[in-house]
Amino acid sequence: MSEIKERAAKSREKKAALGADLEFAGFSRQGGQWEYDPDYGRFDPEERRHLLRAGIELTDAEHAGTFLQADNAVVHCQANQPGVELLPITEAIKGHDLAADLLWRLVAVDADKYTARAELELDNGYFIRALPGVKIPEPVESCLYLRTDRFSQHVHNLVVVEPGAQMHIITGCTAHPKVNSGLHVGVSEFYVRAGGRLTFTMVHNWAEDIHVRPRTGVMVEEGGSFVSNYILLRPVKTVQMYPTVTLAGPGAVASLNSIVIAHPGSEIDMGGRVILQAPRTRGEVIARTITTGGRTISRGHLVGLEPDIKAHLECRGLILAPTGYIYAVPELEGRVAGVDLSHEAAVGRIAAEEIEYLMARGLDEEEAVSTIVRGFLRVKIEGLPPALEEEIEEAIRETGKGM
Amino acid sequence: MLEIEDLWVSIDGKEVLKGINLAIPQGETHILFGKNGSGKSTLLMAIMGFSRYEVRQGRILFLGRDITQLPTFERARLGLGLSFQRPPTIRGVKTGDILAACAGEKVSHQALAAAYDFLPFLDREVNYGFSGGEIKRSELLQLLAQDPKMVLLDEPESGVDLENLEVVGEIIGRLLQKDRRRHHRDKSGLIITHTGFIMDYINADQGYILLDGHLLCSGNPRDILQDIKKFGYEECSRCRR
Repeated sequence: MSEIKERAAKSREKKAALGADLEFAGFSRQGGQWEYDPDYGRFDPEERRHLLRAGIELTDAEHAGTFLQADNAVVHCQANQPGVELLPITEAIKGHDLAADLLWRLVAVDADKYTARAELELDNGYFIRALPGVKIPEPVESCLYLRTDRFSQHVHNLVVVEPGAQMHIITGCTAHPKVNSGLHVGVSEFYVRAGGRLTFTMVHNWAEDIHVRPRTGVMVEEGGSFVSNYILLRPVKTVQMYPTVTLAGPGAVASLNSIVIAHPGSEIDMGGRVILQAPRTRGEVIARTITTGGRTISRGHLVGLEPDIKAHLECRGLILAPTGYIYAVPELEGRVAGVDLSHEAAVGRIAAEEIEYLMARGLDEEEAVSTIVRGFLRVKIEGLPPALEEEIEEAIRETGKGM
Repeated sequence: MLEIEDLWVSIDGKEVLKGINLAIPQGETHILFGKNGSGKSTLLMAIMGFSRYEVRQGRILFLGRDITQLPTFERARLGLGLSFQRPPTIRGVKTGDILAACAGEKVSHQALAAAYDFLPFLDREVNYGFSGGEIKRSELLQLLAQDPKMVLLDEPESGVDLENLEVVGEIIGRLLQKDRRRHHRDKSGLIITHTGFIMDYINADQGYILLDGHLLCSGNPRDILQDIKKFGYEECSRCRR
């Protein structure tokens, strides 16, 4: 048994440091028998509409590549533009020189039971690579899809942006309209090489009884840039994630943005950690959280290991329902003189005077609340499909109702 | 255009306005003087219908319609427009979006902003980090975009530097159709001022002093201002007694 497998086996039942503990016995490992679907012909209109709400367009046009995994089966995987390599991770491990060497370097296989399962019971995942110097104009689209109720999906994703390359990945993680329960375990390791740029936009659109455990590690080399946008607007049972970005080379930059709406019954424990371990690195973690009755913990951790680094953390929360709960945990850790770390955290309700101010401009109360919520959630995300922008708008409108 | 009949208003249970009677005909602008805490802002807020200002007695008529119980947005849609003395900051919401919402299809909000050198502010959050003059310009441009029939201005010159005073005055003049002959004006105004500066930019028809919740000393606004400068508000109190 390899050392990795051995460590995973030992951690099979290891509880995660954060988040509700889940028993795998409560989920099924029997996914559907989904066949490869080169032209997306096996998706009916209802399913297509549902996928659109997670930003998944089911077309190869206007995408540099498309990857779609339903339960444990890769049903579509195609690179459409030169300079992009796209493979299911299981194939990449066997056939690509890089892939096997880069796994489990940024996320510890024995971190907890979820990382261990991703190694011991791997379904699949994607390997996406932007070749050196290639600036990929269109986003790469990926979709991790729960199509069978109670399925426990285990994926491992690997992304490499080679020196000077640029790429945007839009990942939609969602469940079939008839799937209400399940577990998604997603390990992701992203390497941004010197001067590279990776924008990673992840949309979660799950269901009331689905649990989600992403485990993400990112390394950014000299002059590289990593931008993460995370969007969660629909109900989910639990999410626990705490991606860690290491700025390893001088001048590397990371920006982690999240917009989250916690619905009644949802428990969301999420954050972002940036380790600034090289000179002139810059980091930013911006979290916008709204609860309409759910519970959220919004974490952020900046670690400054070198002088002449600068990073800022911003956690802002709006409680729009009496039963809502937001707990903001900003942490700043400077280990040498000369670091510049700051944070801003605010949790509260919408002030009546703000609503009335807008009403004095002719907006009714619902429009006023929606305007404020829209502004609150405003995080500039470039390259979103129009359908996803409309989905965000709709979620905001719904959130404003009944205030 | 606006008629207020025996208006009693309280804030958090405390009576602030005590039987206000006021009528502002179409095309006229009236000026409200009074020392701090006399109830001037309360009167404007009550006219707009803000929830904190409880009308305990009396009524407010606008264009012949009783609006005393109407929600704020309906009053705005009927044609009442207020420039706040201290508007709130709304994080995340762009000033340009609010200006566009005020303008609707009527007018280009960008053209309005361009005319008053306000384009750089459209992408900024509402009132966040604005100077006193920038706040007033923002408020007044929103009113221009709204194009209200009745303009309510709460100390439009307060906190404004000399450079911005001119622009603020110009916009107010435009809002109240200063360039038209009186019988051709269809906009009306009610303006709170301490300095009277704003009267150089408009045609003020009538002035009042609000003291301890009562409206006193109706007359020519310039004469009233002269008296206040000369004798102070104490003289008004004595005169009333």
